[in-house]
Amino acid sequence: MIEITAEPIDHAAVTERVRSERAGAVCSFLGTVREMTGDRRTLALDYEAYPVMAEKKMAELEAEARQRWPVIELALVHRVGHLELGDVSVVVAVSCPHRDQAFEVCRWLIDTLKEVVPIWKKELWADGSEEWVHPGLPKP
Amino acid sequence: MLIRVRLFALARKQTGLAEVEIDLPEEATVADLKARLGSKCPQLLPLLPNVMIAVDAEYATDDQVVPLDAEVAVIPPVSGGGPLP
Repeated sequence: MIEITAEPIDHAAVTERVRSERAGAVCSFLGTVREMTGDRRTLALDYEAYPVMAEKKMAELEAEARQRWPVIELALVHRVGHLELGDVSVVVAVSCPHRDQAFEVCRWLIDTLKEVVPIWKKELWADGSEEWVHPGLPKP
Repeated sequence: MLIRVRLFALARKQTGLAEVEIDLPEEATVADLKARLGSKCPQLLPLLPNVMIAVDAEYATDDQVVPLDAEVAVIPPVSGGGPLP
């Protein structure tokens, strides 16, 4: 299950979807909106996606995960739009026969998603400034 | 040929545009497209060395030829990662 949505994510429902009697382990990861980055305070985040490419890249991640690990079910859901503190921005849920596999593939999925899937976030800082987060890019 | 280039995140903010049209000769490469993009939108010049270009929703290399009717997008580095591969 691959989805990009502007609606709040029901992470419990996403996790429930990957449960299976063939699985001995289910691993879920939630990315959530953090208030403090160092000593800077965040009020909210705006997420923007290039939807066609983001869904394509997420589908490629699923295919590669299934090739490398004995994945039974897998879900990748990313939210876009305006998110408040504590909101869930991304959910990765995966079921495997054994827990080592489930932890490993879940970790690989979220790490790789954040490197290759074209979804960006804009910090809305408490001091009133805004900043697109682009690691490695010189600040404007 | 006229190529539609979509802009996201900081690239959109710096230009105030969600997309631009770039006139390219046939057989032009991604590197040619970046150069034209920089002349048309000088606000993008500081970003261009560090962005990826997507052609038809796939990361493209500088020497790749831009096909007729391609959908092209400027992909600034994404939130969680370091530099893109």
